[in-house]
Amino acid sequence: MQVSLTVNDKAVTADIPPRTLLVDFIRDHLNLTGTHVGCDTAQCGACTVHLNGHAIKSCNVLVLQAAGGQVVTIEGVTPADGTLHPMQEAFRQHHGLQCGFCTAGMVMSAIDLAGRHASLDDQTIRAELDGNLCRCTGYHNIVASVKAGAASMHQ
Amino acid sequence: MYEFNYQKASSVADASAKLAASADGRLLAGGQTLIASMKMRLVAPSDLIDLAGVTALTAIESTPGGLKIGAMATHASVAASPLVSKAIPALATLANGIGDRMVRQMGTIGGSVANNDPAADYPAALVALGATVHTDKRQMPADSFFKGMYETALAAGEIVTAITFPVPKRAAYIKFKNPASRYAIVGVFVAQTATGVRVAVTGAGPGVFRVPAMEAALGANFASAALDGIAVSATDLNTDMHASSEYRAHLVGVMAKRAVECALAG
Ligand SMILES: Cc1cc2nc3c(=O)[nH]c(=O)nc-3n(C[C@H](O)[C@H](O)[C@H](O)COP(=O)(O)OP(=O)(O)OC[C@H]3O[C@@H](n4cnc5c(N)ncnc54)[C@H](O)[C@@H]3O)c2cc1C
Ligand code: FES
Ligand code: FES
Repeated sequence: MQVSLTVNDKAVTADIPPRTLLVDFIRDHLNLTGTHVGCDTAQCGACTVHLNGHAIKSCNVLVLQAAGGQVVTIEGVTPADGTLHPMQEAFRQHHGLQCGFCTAGMVMSAIDLAGRHASLDDQTIRAELDGNLCRCTGYHNIVASVKAGAASMHQ
Repeated sequence: MYEFNYQKASSVADASAKLAASADGRLLAGGQTLIASMKMRLVAPSDLIDLAGVTALTAIESTPGGLKIGAMATHASVAASPLVSKAIPALATLANGIGDRMVRQMGTIGGSVANNDPAADYPAALVALGATVHTDKRQMPADSFFKGMYETALAAGEIVTAITFPVPKRAAYIKFKNPASRYAIVGVFVAQTATGVRVAVTGAGPGVFRVPAMEAALGANFASAALDGIAVSATDLNTDMHASSEYRAHLVGVMAKRAVECALAG
């Protein structure tokens, strides 16, 4: 079946079996491997991307559900000049990652939540990141990173 | 996931026709339950008929009968709706406590109600508020819509179009959530309505149920102390790795009291 959508500002069209998950389309068809698969059961958030401006779990969505939509992956948040997005920079500054497996999903969720809240306290950040798990459990630094990243996004 | 045909519905009537024409078709709403079940090969529909293009089903509006929420309204949109927060804040809180942010962005009220997971949150709200389920064929009171584990009064091919919630005087929903899935181990929705107090419990048994003894006590005196000494029997309640039936029975009492206090503070 034919599907057309926009991924990181580029129009893509492909012929795919209807059962293709959005995450498999992103990783295997577009070779954008920054989006990870942790659990494949909608629990961990490693596969988080933005669909029409909102964070969703791409392992639990068909690419056909995103047809005609705008998808942004971790590759799409980085400016063209090779610098980092303010949220990525904050994760680096605040040591918000250890092995890095959950990081792309964390950053995508964090950018979404920063966009929805003018100011963020620790409690809100923790509640909103409910759907992102870090097996290295560096949550303190992740919360600090999100707070700093949101502040610099709002500057 | 097994193979299937994917079709997009342009209207409720179109979805109904496509369902009728398919061998073993299913409606696709947010897919947060259905895609997960298909990935585990628990279900293998011949066709998926996607309701996402039927924008008329996403409306949230104030009507003479109460707050009317379209079947395709997402949990995130219910949580963020100023209309919902003003008329029935307990419903906005409930929607905001379903799963996590990403699940709420895709999951819908219609999918949740049609699925009737014994640990889902919305069934408690529908029953406690005395809601009406609208389908493409008829209207049903919530009390007769939910039929036990994953079962509803929906006939084959029948489509939920909206839910109408009468506006209560006071209401609150408190859940003791499973820390991994956030589904309700026990959730209690208490509502003081025009026709009396209603207490609905989810997560504890094979399906949502009311507690008449609590309703009578709260009808006489809407205070958490009125629930002192009212025990819920553990016979028929669920036991699993998360909680025994005795613990769930105990939690029903604790959550009910907290819900009453929250409704009064409200
Ligand atoms: C990680 C995770 C955590 C979750 N946590 C919770 C939680 O804490 N509390 C909770 O209540 N739920 C929870 N859920 C479930 C979530 O709320 C689902 O969104 C919901 O149960 C189903 O809605 P959906 O729109 O995704 O429906 P779908 O998955 O698309 O459909 C579910 C079923 O309903 C049928 N259906 C859909 N729409 C209609 C309609 N309009 N008419 C008739 N039939 C229809 C479909 O054919 C299918 O059989 C969780 C899900 C996940 C993945
Ligand atoms: S891989 Fe999608 S939520 Fe874990
Ligand atoms: S940094 Fe290792 S899983 Fe989060």
